[in-house]
Amino acid sequence: MIHRFLPLVVTIAVLVVGFLLCAMQFPNFASLRVVGNLLTDNAFLGITAIGMTFVILSGGIDLSVGAVIGFTTVLLAVLIEQGGWDPPAAFAAALLAAALFGAAMGAIIHVFRMPPFIVTLAGMFVARGMAFVLTTDSLPINHPLYGDLNDVAWRFDGGGKLSLPAMILLSVLALAVVLAHWTRFGANLYALGGNRQSAELMGVPVARTTVAVYTLSGLLAGLAGIVFSLYTGAGYSLAATGVELDTITAVVIGGTQLTGGYGYVLGTFAGVLIQGLIQTYITFDGTLSSWWTKIAIGALLFVFILLQKGLLAAWTGRGGEPAEA
Amino acid sequence: MTLPLSGPPPGLRRTGLLRSLPQYGALAAVLLANWLLFPDFFSIRLQDGRLFGSLIDVLNRGAPVALLAIGMTMVIATRGIDLSVGAVMAIAGAVAATMTQAGWGLPAVLAASLGAGLLCGLWNGLLVALLRIQPIIATLILMVAGRGVAQLITEGQIVTFVSPGLAAIGSGSFLTVPMPVVITAALLAVTALLVRATALGLMIEAVGVNRLSSAGAGVNTPVVLVAVYVWCGLCAAVAGVIVTADIRGADVNNAGLWLELDAILAVVIGGTSLLGGRFGLLLSVVGAAIIQAMNTGILLSGFKPEFNLIVKAAVLLAVLLLQSPVLTLLLPRPKGARPVSAPLKPAIQPAKRESGSVKP
Repeated sequence: MIHRFLPLVVTIAVLVVGFLLCAMQFPNFASLRVVGNLLTDNAFLGITAIGMTFVILSGGIDLSVGAVIGFTTVLLAVLIEQGGWDPPAAFAAALLAAALFGAAMGAIIHVFRMPPFIVTLAGMFVARGMAFVLTTDSLPINHPLYGDLNDVAWRFDGGGKLSLPAMILLSVLALAVVLAHWTRFGANLYALGGNRQSAELMGVPVARTTVAVYTLSGLLAGLAGIVFSLYTGAGYSLAATGVELDTITAVVIGGTQLTGGYGYVLGTFAGVLIQGLIQTYITFDGTLSSWWTKIAIGALLFVFILLQKGLLAAWTGRGGEPAEA
Repeated sequence: MTLPLSGPPPGLRRTGLLRSLPQYGALAAVLLANWLLFPDFFSIRLQDGRLFGSLIDVLNRGAPVALLAIGMTMVIATRGIDLSVGAVMAIAGAVAATMTQAGWGLPAVLAASLGAGLLCGLWNGLLVALLRIQPIIATLILMVAGRGVAQLITEGQIVTFVSPGLAAIGSGSFLTVPMPVVITAALLAVTALLVRATALGLMIEAVGVNRLSSAGAGVNTPVVLVAVYVWCGLCAAVAGVIVTADIRGADVNNAGLWLELDAILAVVIGGTSLLGGRFGLLLSVVGAAIIQAMNTGILLSGFKPEFNLIVKAAVLLAVLLLQSPVLTLLLPRPKGARPVSAPLKPAIQPAKRESGSVKP
């Protein structure tokens, strides 16, 4: 069943080839420092994208993640700086708030049978709005623990390091792979995304799984918000605007089908790194304008979608999705 | 026209005033609330041959979203979505400003910027109709890349221009009515004529309800789909030109930013289902007016604008709940009567909904 993994293999191959091309052009590129920074800079995006992968696998979508990240950073800044909370307590509160927010959206989607797109769009407005209500200013977080946490790193020879955000990203990735492939929840998820009615008939707990997957997405967005606030050392209500689209792009580049039921967390991780690689390349080059990032990612998205369509059509013989006119 | 749609469900073509009552009611309620908060809300005065007043302001500022909503309504009616309209606005604005600055005349500028919008729409339409990519990803490509393309056109600058002709499109007036309002009304009329005076509207709804069966029934689905996306691109380009003409410059990073979401919101508030099928053009424009009236109301009332998004979300959820199939089933019905929602909303059958819930 090698072809099942082909989109994943292609994504990873593009990542490796892209990295090698960059390394050929810039000798300093192939260093642990660059790889470490790639992981650190994209940690919040990667964590969010892993949550998004689960939602998309279940046949849904979550547009609220960027706003939840923004809300989390503001909530942390307000609790720590203005409320005098200990950062760990604030982290717990933020994670709880984000998870409950996701659960509420999942419940609305399931109970009222509303399209996830529009419910999570409303969720995006609510989360961004709550962040605005808390404060519209950018609040710096000066708690000493933030400095300590930012110093936590696994250092390598030659100046490279695996920072705390990168470590969190890799742990979340490992847990997510286990969750998707070796637990009942993961099996339910794939079944639900493949065909909701069949899943229901087979006895998959649709309600519980739907609520759980949006809770997970909210929770991971909250975690990404914590990582983002560590990374920037501030809380800002406009933080992470548009991240929902970056994550969806990463998920699609990673080979997951937006119709649900097919895809891999690992592919999403590669998709995030490909986006990061393009940005790093443009930074290294120095002469290219940053808007080329957007064009390159758009073009890449197009090529990957075509590729996956072609692969699926060639191997499944049925076009890989319901026949349409 | 020998469309073999011998028996469209009786409710499908029903366009009663009763059905659109929630939208008009909501608009009236928002306007009334504005009037209570701000007694001068309805006062309109004539100055320098142009109407001024809060109500005119609502219409004027709501014009870009209303324009986007007109195109978006038909895309959504085919069970699609166009995320790229904001980026298309930026591209059209960039073309208009750059060409004006380079000394081109108004007709050439308008033709080029509207042409750019048509091309963007064609690209989206071809991806959806021929390559059969899900609309949400197909248009995501242009949404991601479009602003980059626009920046390529302006070379990363904020291009400003001096052109009374182009500026008049944004801030001028026609028979005392602000130009954006006139353009929106005209485009609404043309669109309504195109889809309601011909069978096109019926075909759009048919494709949205079931693409496969409408093809089987003889509807040329690829042409219908491409046409809808092209029209949506055109509407977005018109909106982009208006915004550019209004500020007399092209700011591609901010022009039309997140307006695609407002446009989708306007369409949904207007009662067109994201699951395709029946659509209401005028109601979508009413939806855009509701959104803008809320924005203006929050500004006028002296509330913090921060509450704007939360109010918007509350209205969105309320409208959605009113339309939710579950609630419709819960409402009391005469004994033995089948729920009316089934023929009225043919797309909301469990089997259809589940398979497509990810690509609204």
